[in-house]
Amino acid sequence: MMSFVSKANTEIVKGNEDKKEDVASEVVEHIMNHVADANENHIATIKDGEQEKHISLPLPCILYNKTTGKLSVFLSSKLHHSEEGYEGYKMDHHTSRVVDAVTGTRDTFYDFSITKNVFNMLLGFLILTVIFFVIKVSYVKNVGKAPKGIQSFFEPIIQFLIDEVAKPNLGTQYEKFLPYLICVFFFILINNLLGLVPFIGGINSSGNISFTLVLAMCSLLLINLNGNKHYWQHIFAMPGVPKWVLIILTPIELLGVILKPAVLMLRLFGNITGGHIAVLAIVSLIFIMGKMGTTIGGATAGGAIAIPILLFVNAMELFVAFLQAYVFTLLTAIFIGAAIEDHHHAEEKH
Amino acid sequence: MLLGFDPMSLLTPDLGLVFWTTLVFLTFWLLVGKFAIKPITKAIKDREHTISDALSAAENAKQEVQQMQSNNASLLKEAREESAKILKEAKELKDSIVTEAHNSAKDEAAKIVASAKIEIDAQKKAALAEVKNEVSKLSLEIAQKVIGKELDSSKEHQSYINSLVEKINVN
Amino acid sequence: MTGLAAIGAGLAAIAAGLGIGLVGSNAVQGIARQPEATNEIRGAMILAAALIEGAAIIGMILSFLMNK
Repeated sequence: MMSFVSKANTEIVKGNEDKKEDVASEVVEHIMNHVADANENHIATIKDGEQEKHISLPLPCILYNKTTGKLSVFLSSKLHHSEEGYEGYKMDHHTSRVVDAVTGTRDTFYDFSITKNVFNMLLGFLILTVIFFVIKVSYVKNVGKAPKGIQSFFEPIIQFLIDEVAKPNLGTQYEKFLPYLICVFFFILINNLLGLVPFIGGINSSGNISFTLVLAMCSLLLINLNGNKHYWQHIFAMPGVPKWVLIILTPIELLGVILKPAVLMLRLFGNITGGHIAVLAIVSLIFIMGKMGTTIGGATAGGAIAIPILLFVNAMELFVAFLQAYVFTLLTAIFIGAAIEDHHHAEEKH
Repeated sequence: MLLGFDPMSLLTPDLGLVFWTTLVFLTFWLLVGKFAIKPITKAIKDREHTISDALSAAENAKQEVQQMQSNNASLLKEAREESAKILKEAKELKDSIVTEAHNSAKDEAAKIVASAKIEIDAQKKAALAEVKNEVSKLSLEIAQKVIGKELDSSKEHQSYINSLVEKINVN
Repeated sequence: MTGLAAIGAGLAAIAAGLGIGLVGSNAVQGIARQPEATNEIRGAMILAAALIEGAAIIGMILSFLMNK
């Protein structure tokens, strides 16, 4: 978010130079660039006279060239001061992404870099791992006693996941899936929350389709690998349905197998990205109303309107961060529960 | 194109990011899921058992205490009855002892009195007999003195005097 | 075509709003009638809202994609 504000600041200067520039189009581009991944953690851009100075947290780039097969590993800060590029790559300062120095596209290489989203994920991973092992130690230490310290913050959440998510949906087999459910809940939650923190993040990792794709794939595999005989029977040959209906029904059911996790993926992506876009759009109200810095009064009015709304939207996003993690976990539990359930009623019928 | 931006780019998964997410999430799942969450959930479950065990134990103890209390009450009641019984018996014993003692004392006294009476009678008789003898001796002497020679000590005179003495009633 | 995409996204939002509004209103009614079932109603409400929201998000994304 901060990076957007600072970028908009540079636009103020640019706007002075070229007032015909389409403000809305600029704003949309900035928002979309923020929401997308980047090869450096951009913090601010300072315009000093004619010189543009980018302040950003450099991140490691790991690039594999498709044609030459060369693996390049370097820090993104190497790309900063050279317009001609480094090892055949250069930084597109507009999108903060590494591009081929010659063609200016991203098609000629595979990008396995620690991007800002990966950085965010690793940070979340580190925080959660430390927290969970600390909690584990205190659980092992005071066996059978009331929780203490950080343990008492996490215990109600874990207890909630056990009692409200796992047990009602998975029945007797809930313990088998508990590690996945708790992991996926906290992994989504920490990424959602880190995404709400300005300066270090404001990074949209849990709102990235790649991130949600992986989690949805894990859920898909868990659901289908644990599906029992009845689950598959209901997909391929729904009991009690005439043969000719199966020709229509089976493809629909098969589609449902993919669709359920796909909706999980899109829901998380849509909610988190939508939240980020909403926050950024409200921030950019200041710049739109101020016509990119040309009218200070407009900018002030924009700020007066934007800041209360922003506070509200941010608070709502905090709630959404928890809600979406919960919804993802709950729906995964429900789908797994449906796949492992014993269909006694179906057996009785036939 | 939406205001110069291709929305499709948002919806296209990025190979590098998919790779890293898979790596990080699977590591997290294996590491934390196996070595932290399993012990934690186990600890929570164990604690639940401990708590429910402790609760049922407390319930049992409560019932035991109640039972003991009712036992105690009945014991107390019994003890009270026992003591009342003992007291009653003791009283009866006391009464009987007292009456017995009373009776025996009475008997003893009566016996003593009776034996005393017999003794007295015997003494009285003895004393009377002695007095009679004495009187007869005295009267004989007196008569000897008075009559002197007239009267010999023939048997006729003797029996006469004796009859006279018999006629003298001392009392 | 940008306008059409916006209309599509708006329609998805309207539909989702209606759906979630219905879920919410009925959940509140249910809770008012049976306060003891609050937890179960809340769970079912969140689930239904999430499913509606999923449909709305698919609609919006499709409208974006068609816009290309």
